[in-house]
Formats: sequence, structure tokens, C-alpha cells
Amino acid sequence: MVGVVNYFREIAQGLYTLMVGMAVTFRNLFLPAVTVRYPHETLQMTPRFRGPAELIRDGETGQPHCVVCMMCQRACPSRCIAVEGEKPEGGKRKVPTKFILDFTTCSLCGLCVESCKFDAIRFSKVYNLASTRKEDFILDLLNPKATRGASCS
Amino acid sequence: MTELLSIEPIRMLVFLVGTILFVALNAAYLTLLERKESSWFQRRLGPTEVGPWGLLQPIADGIKLAGKQVIVPDGVDKILFVLSPIMVSVPVIMNLATIPFSDTLVARNIDLGLLMILSFTSFNVMGIMFGGWASRNKYSVISAARVVAQNVAYEIPMFLIAISLVMVTHTFDLRETVLLQTGGFWNWNLFKLGVSPLMPAACLLFFVCLLAETNRSPFDMMEAESELIAGAITEYSGMGFGLFFISEYANIVVGSCLVTILFLGGWNCPFGLYPGLHWFFVKMYGIIFVVIWIRWSFPRIQFYGLLNLSWKILIPLSLAHLLLTCVMVKIW
Repeated sequence: MVGVVNYFREIAQGLYTLMVGMAVTFRNLFLPAVTVRYPHETLQMTPRFRGPAELIRDGETGQPHCVVCMMCQRACPSRCIAVEGEKPEGGKRKVPTKFILDFTTCSLCGLCVESCKFDAIRFSKVYNLASTRKEDFILDLLNPKATRGASCS
Repeated sequence: MTELLSIEPIRMLVFLVGTILFVALNAAYLTLLERKESSWFQRRLGPTEVGPWGLLQPIADGIKLAGKQVIVPDGVDKILFVLSPIMVSVPVIMNLATIPFSDTLVARNIDLGLLMILSFTSFNVMGIMFGGWASRNKYSVISAARVVAQNVAYEIPMFLIAISLVMVTHTFDLRETVLLQTGGFWNWNLFKLGVSPLMPAACLLFFVCLLAETNRSPFDMMEAESELIAGAITEYSGMGFGLFFISEYANIVVGSCLVTILFLGGWNCPFGLYPGLHWFFVKMYGIIFVVIWIRWSFPRIQFYGLLNLSWKILIPLSLAHLLLTCVMVKIW
């Protein structure tokens, strides 16, 4: 008799658990999809995301804050930053004439950003970086449009 | 009489073309529904790129399949290998000939319709078995063996329930079966508690057997991807594979039609209003929805679990239902 009761109890319990499972999936049927249709829409990167470094520019003039103090170039452990600058006629401070970031060796350690006293360099939010050519990763930070990696943000 | 003779061949031709179209369209768009529904259950979007909301995806899939080479691997049993997709797909299309979609829309209403459908449904197993055997592939052979064991196990309860239904309705004629359920939903076989209080349970058992018969998840032993690559259809490519797919979905359609006719009153409206084709399709696609819902809710059960379920639960219960129906029919 106990066997019979257990038999039916097992069936009932099995059915109940199946119903619970189906209820779970049914609830999910009405929840919005979490998919991002990637090429058509992209996600906002998180604030602390580390993309290849970029120069911070003045909001009005569009000139970079950089004064060519070379701190970032010196701080860089993989020596991927090359900065050159000059003092323009009548100018108060130096301005960069060349700011190359060799992203092939950059490890995104962030020492350049930390060492900058003039708030002139930061991490970008660029992540569409795939390329088959090495030259695409030698980034010219002064005119980012010229390099492929920085252009597709 | 002469008029009848001239019309009959045309009628049959129209129904033949119509049925094949129905099967092909259903197979195509059920794959889309399957992909869409699975993604909704998993909170994805599913195919969206081909056509609006991915509606042209099945056509793209079909062109891709048709464009592929049909490879016959070395060492296979050629005749069986080529024959088996046909053997799988033809019986399903034949099944649809006897299914009454509405009071007037049926290709050929024969008075043993239920028997015919049940026999042709089991015929499709043979095709899969031949295909698996002929493929000369270990996975396929294992799959073939499993399919046979599974279908033998699940046909018995299915037939037992069909028999108990026939005892209630006194007919194998599917159209007659539906006509007997005319009126509101309380006249449906599902709710004929007077003749057998276990009728809803019987419907559930029938539905479970249907899932197993059509090799649907969680009983998809034939095509257990994680264990058997693709089971019996591992070696098939191009339209050979396509035919297996079409027949799988056509089988689901036939099975859902069968549940609709036997338990849910066919083309009858639940409230006795405006019976017709649309109600048949509402019920049929409702059941197909549930079939897909089940597939994306449960993992595949182990093989011995599958057989245990059949021999220890489904068969005793369906036998009990048969006995109970016998007694009830005798009493009333």
C-alpha cells in the first residue's frame, strides 16, 4: 500500500516540478530581451573602461591640454608613447607637435594617465579595434581621425 | 455520376498540392517559430536580419539547404541511405490526407482514419532506423537502436489511450469524432468526465506519448546532440537532411492535429459560436506552441529514464484508464 501511495506521490511531485519549470520559462517569455543588436546598436562603456589613451582637449579651443612635460613618456614601462613639442611664437607653454601611441605594446597599465599633472591624457572608450594590419595600431593622438582605431568609437 | 468522376481527380490534385504546400510551409515557418520562441524564452531576439523580424529566414535556410551537395559517404548502404529520407517524409504527408481541418475540408475522409494515422506514424520510425543503419556511423546506429526502443515503448500507451477513446466515441472516423464533440467545451472528449473521470489525465498521457513519438525534446533521443552529434541524420547533408527536418515538423503538426481532433473538439468553438477552420488552427498552433515551450524548458532525460517513464508510469496508467473506461461504458 505504501508503495502505491509513493508511486502516485512521485508522479504528482514530478508533474508539479515540471509545472514549476514551465512557469519559469513562461515568465521569461514576457520579459524584455537582453540582446544588444551589436552592429546596429552599441553599449555605453563603463566609466572605468580602459581603451587606448586619448588626449583631453580644451572644450572651447579644441587644443590639447598637453604641455609636453614628457612625464607620460617617461612613466611608460613599455615605451609606447613618443611625444615631441615646441614653444610657439608668443605662446606661454609648449604644445605637442607629435603624440604617437604604439598600441601594439601598450598594456593599458594606466601609468601615463596617473603621471599626467595637467589632466591631459585619459583612457578612451574605443573598443572596435580589430585589424589585420599592424600600422593601424600606431595611433596618432593629435589627429585621431587619421588613424583607424581611434576613429571608430 | 459523370460530373463526380470529372471533379474527383481535380479535387485530389488540389488536395495533394495543398497538403504538400501546407507541410512545406509549416516546416519552414515552424523552424522560424522554434527559433523565435526559444529566443523569447531565453530573453534573446532570435533571427532578425533576414526580412522584417526575420520573416524571410526560412526561405534563406531553404535556399541554403537546397544549394548544398547531397553527399553519400563511402561505405554506406546506398539504397537504404537514399530511401530513408523519403520513407520518413512520405507517411507524414499521407497522414494529413485523413485529417479533417473543418467540417468540409478534408482530402479523403476514411472511416478508419485514426487507425491509419497511428499506423503511418509508427512507419516513420522505420525510415529513421534504416537511415541510421545505412549511414555506417556508430552514432547513427546507436541512435537508430534508441529510436526503435523509444517508439515501441511509447506507441503502446498511445494506442491504449486511442483505444479507450474509440470505446467512448464508437468510431475510428476522425470527422465523426469531431462531430460528436459539437457544442461547447463541455462536450469535448477532454472534459467527458462522465464516461471516464481520468479523461484530462489521458489527454496528458497522449500528449507525452506524442512528444516521444515525434522525437521531440525532452525525448529527443534520436538527435541527442550532446551525445550523438545528430543521431541518425549525422551523415545526411543538403535536402536529405532537409527532408528529415521537414518530416519532424510535419510529424508535430500531425500529432497536434490528432490531439486537437481527439480531445479538443477539432474545429468546434469552445462556446459553440462560429465553428470552423480558424478554431482548428488556433488549437493546433496552441499545442505546437506548448510542444516548443516544453522543448525549451526541460533538459533531455537519460535513456533509462525515458524507458522507465513509459513502462512504469505511462503504460500502467493508460491501462488503468482503459479498464476504467470499459467499466464506465458498461455501466452507462
